[in-house]
Amino acid sequence: MSKTSSGTLYRGHEGMWSWVGHRVTGVVIFLYLLVHVLDTAMVRVDANAYDAIISTYQTPWMALGETGLVAAILFHAFNGLRLILVDFWKQGTKYQRQMLWGVLILWVIVFAGFAIRHLSIAFGSH
Amino acid sequence: MSVTIPAPRSQRIDPKYKRGPKSRGSFEMLAWLFMRLSGVVLIVLIFGHLFANLMVGEGISGIGFGFVAGKWASPIWQFWDLAMLWLAMLHGTNGVRTIINDYAEKHATRAWLKGILYVATIFIIVLGSLVIFTFDPCVAGSQLQQCL
Repeated sequence: MSKTSSGTLYRGHEGMWSWVGHRVTGVVIFLYLLVHVLDTAMVRVDANAYDAIISTYQTPWMALGETGLVAAILFHAFNGLRLILVDFWKQGTKYQRQMLWGVLILWVIVFAGFAIRHLSIAFGSH
Repeated sequence: MSVTIPAPRSQRIDPKYKRGPKSRGSFEMLAWLFMRLSGVVLIVLIFGHLFANLMVGEGISGIGFGFVAGKWASPIWQFWDLAMLWLAMLHGTNGVRTIINDYAEKHATRAWLKGILYVATIFIIVLGSLVIFTFDPCVAGSQLQQCL
């Protein structure tokens, strides 16, 4: 990166970081998707083998991983809607920065709801 | 007064007038459009999937072979999961294809990485579709009432 990077509209600002976040979360979700189809495929092989694999998803450590995965999915989903608005809405590029803050606020609210419910199930006694 | 210009007799076109490596047509535009359309549908499908599997009832504690058998007894969930599998795999594959094109600079590296990606994609889509369509609630180890 150039030492004199000040004065650009994109580099180091919201637009670039949302792009980085979209790429990173996209790759993480895709890698999990490959694994998730493979683990689900065990239902076609043996019911007990499937239950054994799923029980590893039900441990507290994996629950933290699942919470991280859902955090990635929620960001990718809400930022994806922002991207669509930037591309198709006439005022999209003008308000892309404000829309990113909207994405982050929505992300915090929905993620908090998910995390409270999921972690209380995974760490709960039932 | 008109001048008749004879049709060119030679089929040969000087190489410098040829368009560069064969055109990809509108493929990239369709891929761009597909990302946006499939993205919107995937939000509905994946949010519904996460809500039904992790938020209601016993959440993740309730998932097991019986849970999957119960869901796939309904053609709606079969179709839901099939649509989610195909759209998510194609959306993810196109995203990773874009990333490979961005960062792999050597032609051979790009070709290899994309080849591996496409093989993995076809394998996962075919495997997942077969699992949904050929699901058997009485597979080995099943403890369901109707199988005992």
